[in-house]
Amino acid sequence: MLGKKQDLIDQKLQDLNNDGVDRRGFLKCMAWAGTGLVWTLSGGIPVSRAFAKSHDRSAGKGADFSFVQISDSHIGFNKPANPDVTATLQTAINKINAMPHKPDFIIHTGDLSQLSKPSEFDTLDQVLRGASAKQIYFVPGEHDMLTDNGEQYLKRYGKGTKGTGWSSFDHKGVHFVGLVNVANLKAGGMGSLGHEQLEWLEDDLKGRSASTPIVLYAHIPLWNIYPDWGWGTDDSEQALSYVKRFGSVTVLNGHIHQIMQKIEGKVSFHTAMSTAFPQPAPGTAPSAGPMKVPADQLQRVLGITDVNYLVSGRSLAVVDSPLGDLGSSAPGDGGPGGS
Amino acid sequence: MTRKNVWFAGLATPLMITMLLLAGSTSVTANDQPSAAPPAVKIDNFSFGPQTLTVPVGATVTWTNSDDIPHTAVSTEGVFKSKVMDTDEKFSYTFTKGGTYPYFCSVHPKMTGKVVVQ
Repeated sequence: MLGKKQDLIDQKLQDLNNDGVDRRGFLKCMAWAGTGLVWTLSGGIPVSRAFAKSHDRSAGKGADFSFVQISDSHIGFNKPANPDVTATLQTAINKINAMPHKPDFIIHTGDLSQLSKPSEFDTLDQVLRGASAKQIYFVPGEHDMLTDNGEQYLKRYGKGTKGTGWSSFDHKGVHFVGLVNVANLKAGGMGSLGHEQLEWLEDDLKGRSASTPIVLYAHIPLWNIYPDWGWGTDDSEQALSYVKRFGSVTVLNGHIHQIMQKIEGKVSFHTAMSTAFPQPAPGTAPSAGPMKVPADQLQRVLGITDVNYLVSGRSLAVVDSPLGDLGSSAPGDGGPGGS
Repeated sequence: MTRKNVWFAGLATPLMITMLLLAGSTSVTANDQPSAAPPAVKIDNFSFGPQTLTVPVGATVTWTNSDDIPHTAVSTEGVFKSKVMDTDEKFSYTFTKGGTYPYFCSVHPKMTGKVVVQ
């Protein structure tokens, strides 16, 4: 049985290589290959459905590595939408530690703290120390720049970064770029990368082979989801023009505390759930901000994002998982039951 | 006219007179000095209310954050800059010179407001 599955996976990955980078085809293949991705097309846009059981990657030959994105932990927040954000962050870390496949590292896409307080950063560090993945990359959110233009954040998490905290690194053939779009914000504007960072980015990407998979990560979405609520980045067009030539680009963001996705050519955009509290869908409330849900649903609207890189297809598969299942007040353990 | 109508008319007239008198007294008050309530901006739902506040020279404006998210009030011309205000925290600034002072929340820059001092 396993052998047949292997053959199917190999066949599908072979098809993928023959087809070139065809994301829609790739997604269909992934569903059949049984690596646990459940994708449906909704209005022409692929949507990942969270599944309760973590997929077993041992059957997924060709899967090279994975990493996890967490976001918006807001340590220090204590209002009704979630009186204990430290506990829900701990749940997220427990869930990551319990994954059958170990992620190579974790990326935190910002709003580590609620008020940039040292005690909040301390608490965050304490929880993260319990993660089995020891390498964690960060980019700041606007909540991490509140008191001192991000000086504290940089001191703790800015090692090896430039400017307001941007950096890049390579991992097993994939090029990762962490961008900061929450500094020096202008009145009436949205997120902003700024001239210096854009120059650095252009230079950083220069000369890299177009077959290098690129992962960009930043706090505020790099595409205009809902400008009225500031859910976008004023100068992201320029940044995206630098990655247009690459065969596979994945953009990971946070800030909006809900999953949103968009695929534009070879660039797929994805925003993650928060580990702290959800926010309303665009335009469905007077403003953005913490959204209260019934206590037994909180674990469902908080979550982590598992990203799997498959070397054969040179593509990344993004899977969101809630912290728990419907009706559970305790953290989900990947037990039976679907989403 | 029916008895009902008569009764109603009888009641209405003194009521109308009372209301006219009150209206009169209200308009008299309006011509007096501005009310004693200190000028205030309430922050809620990611917005400053009122978005434009007009005050006399020398007035002290107090911003109060009633939102469940922290905000700031930062002048775009560098005239004033609040610390971050968590829920129920305040910031005050005294405007000693006339003029128009646009400001915004440095954390959520889509939030903008204006203080007009005259």
